[in-house]
Amino acid sequence: MSTPYAKLPAWADYGLIPLINLIVAFAVAGLVVLLVGENPLRAAGIMLEGAFGSGRNIAYTLYYSTSFIFTGLAVAVAFHCGLFNIGGEGQAYIGGLGVGLVCLTFDSILPWWLTFPLAILGAAAVGAGWAFIPAYLQAKRGSHIVITTIMFNFIAASLMVYLLVGPLKPANSMAPQTRNFLEGGQLPKLNWLIELFGGTVRSSPFNLSFLLALLCAFLVWLLIWRTRLGYEIRTQGHSPKAARYAGIGETRIIIITMMISGALAGMMALNPVMGDQGRLQLDFVTGAGFVGIAAALMGRSHPAGIVPAAILFGMLYQGGAELAFEMPNISRDMIVIIQGLVILFAGALENMFRPAVQSLFASISPRSMGVAASRSGGA
Amino acid sequence: MAENAIELVGINKSFGAVHANRDINLAIPRGTIQGIIGENGAGKSTLMSILYGFYQADSGEIRVNGKPATIATPNDAIAAGIGMVHQHFMLVQNFTVLENVILGAEGEALLNRSISRARSELRRLEKEYGLEVDPDAIVEDLPVGLQQRVEILKALYRGADILILDEPTGVLTPAEADHLFRILAQLKAEGKTVVLITHKLREIMAITDNVAVMRQGQLVASRATKDTTVEELAELMVGRRVLLRIEKGEAAPGDVMLSVRNLTVKDSRDCTVVKDVSFDVKAGEIVGIAGVAGNGQSELIETISGIRRAESGTVSLKGTLLDVTRHVDPGDLRDWGLAHVPEDRHHVGLVLPFEESENAILGYHDHPRYRKGPFLDIERIRQSAREQMTRYDIRPANERLKTANFSGGNQQKIVLAREIEKDPDVLIVGQPTRGVDVGAIEFIHKRLIEMRDAGKAVLIVSVELDEIRSLSDRILVMFDGRIVGERAGDASEGDLGLLMAGVEQREAAE
Repeated sequence: MSTPYAKLPAWADYGLIPLINLIVAFAVAGLVVLLVGENPLRAAGIMLEGAFGSGRNIAYTLYYSTSFIFTGLAVAVAFHCGLFNIGGEGQAYIGGLGVGLVCLTFDSILPWWLTFPLAILGAAAVGAGWAFIPAYLQAKRGSHIVITTIMFNFIAASLMVYLLVGPLKPANSMAPQTRNFLEGGQLPKLNWLIELFGGTVRSSPFNLSFLLALLCAFLVWLLIWRTRLGYEIRTQGHSPKAARYAGIGETRIIIITMMISGALAGMMALNPVMGDQGRLQLDFVTGAGFVGIAAALMGRSHPAGIVPAAILFGMLYQGGAELAFEMPNISRDMIVIIQGLVILFAGALENMFRPAVQSLFASISPRSMGVAASRSGGA
Repeated sequence: MAENAIELVGINKSFGAVHANRDINLAIPRGTIQGIIGENGAGKSTLMSILYGFYQADSGEIRVNGKPATIATPNDAIAAGIGMVHQHFMLVQNFTVLENVILGAEGEALLNRSISRARSELRRLEKEYGLEVDPDAIVEDLPVGLQQRVEILKALYRGADILILDEPTGVLTPAEADHLFRILAQLKAEGKTVVLITHKLREIMAITDNVAVMRQGQLVASRATKDTTVEELAELMVGRRVLLRIEKGEAAPGDVMLSVRNLTVKDSRDCTVVKDVSFDVKAGEIVGIAGVAGNGQSELIETISGIRRAESGTVSLKGTLLDVTRHVDPGDLRDWGLAHVPEDRHHVGLVLPFEESENAILGYHDHPRYRKGPFLDIERIRQSAREQMTRYDIRPANERLKTANFSGGNQQKIVLAREIEKDPDVLIVGQPTRGVDVGAIEFIHKRLIEMRDAGKAVLIVSVELDEIRSLSDRILVMFDGRIVGERAGDASEGDLGLLMAGVEQREAAE
């Protein structure tokens, strides 16, 4: 007899458990703050204030979140196929090349709303291309995707350094970056969106790519749960043997999935490069590829979970920056520790509290559990 | 010494809302063989897991030799003299027999002394119980029957007085099973107590002294084996009368639908597992492939259905030659009228985390009926899944429920419904009723006969000889990758058993 399959209602699975994980993460982070000799409650207050306290702060939070939505979706799509794409960082970085080249070429001749779709294509194509190589090696040669994608992060970084100190750098510049894009290569800000809700934003990097990120979240949902391709991706992810039995070509599905994943990661570059900095420069990804892994884990690989998870991490980024500023004892590294704790509890220790919650639910409302149904089903 | 080796008093165990064991009272007299039967999910494995310390009972008492015992871990069970032989062996494949036997009972940092102690102890056990195994053989080189013997030796080496065997004959040939039963009888004669968990009624009748029947977590009956019959036990297990052997008319074979010629297949370890196999299946007949698990049957049907590539040979489907040495798309085969119910429904035939309706289209998700451009026609899919569930009496009739939450029998019906409803010309079924409740077995067998009577070619592979004999019009026996004989559907069990053990072949070779 197999162990009965205990199942939680969706709201507990997707809401309660992440919340518990989050509370524990903050409790432990609070201990760390206490250890440094600061008041954890005050630190939390500063952090929240820093993330949501004003229209400007919200705009910054959402700016960071935009990047994490893209990379989170990228990781999630690959997860659904049973692939662990750790290469979001590199795919996003190299995706910047697509954005940069499109902007440098067209910013003087096209308005932004024509450059934007081209830049989307450029970012997606380059990101997908970068993911194609590990995907091909996995599908055809069995090289493990975790190893190859992480290696490709380093290759992407080196390649970008080479391009930005060499071919892409204007001749008489000292900085390793491209020239500034003209108006046709810059995305409009979304500050009005926040002002619509009564906030005031004088200046912020919050830009149009946020809406693109939300659109992508919807499209990813559509892809995974409503299309035949998504069905094939999930079948392959849950059970490669069943996929083979169903006539789903393993090579094809791995390569397609990874390219979609890479395209999403690549599109992250639109946010900082075209939306904020207005030029291609070094290290604009700043770890978003890795935070995307945490966002995907925490959001249970579902767009409806990834968006809030990405906003949470955006909050940690923005609020953390304010915290480091307000409390000199808490350095930037401490913020990274707090972020790390959230990732640890939300991602790696995701299932730590699950058994307890499950037995709690079983004792409260047996009927909400899937097991009752399986018993009555004996033929 | 108390009269009973084990007494279970008022054992209760729940998993969430499932009451897996409900107030179980059972006394097992010393020196007897106790059978425990029940359908899948009746709670017999849970009960034994409680006895062996994998689970803790919610309430109730276990008495070993009359004394209350607390069994919290398998180590406690071993200390109390209880040994267990699992259905899936817990052996380290690349260790020798000796190393496996002392595993977990090494005693000290250096192995030489415990190994020599184990060697002499094994020799004694061998003599006493007829458990001959070469102590220096590597376990993975041993046939399954001998591996099982190693498991028994492990338990005895740890001083087990009470031996629990969980579905021990599932992987054995009839001859190996007979040998096992002789060993068990010997153990009994030496005063050991044996608990045999099985769903095979004949084994219960052949070997046990007493039998307990479980149904839905309860112990519904206890009988002395000599006072009961197979029919009565089956009825007790299911709760209603069942047809153990289904009625079927004469077959009316038509044209050859599936033709296999000189098929040779290698497995992933590059061993040749199917050797030069040729046979035909005609429309309107059921051909059964009998054999002990692991003699190439699985690879054979995987190759025919496009999951595995052949080294050489051909397969033709309705007269069309398939190049099975290259990749054949299982999707194409479906389009050409071949349906396949795989042996392993958990990993191959179904995607367990999927909703039932999603599994109802596995392999057919490109079918025009289910698609709307690049999208799936979700409404249509759920609608037809609902209808299918009614027709096949799949319970609970909820097409949105996760497939993992269905019982084994219902899962098998989901796969069967999906494949049969596409009205294939050739139907290949691996292990039609493995892990399926007695009630559902009857249903599935009827459906397969209906397919035959509708003029379809049906090929079944099963390790259950009874099933092969009751369904097949012709029986092919596989041994060591070859088809070693063909018999009519009414061949005797002894005859088939010899073929399955490869006896005839060996004689021919000498």
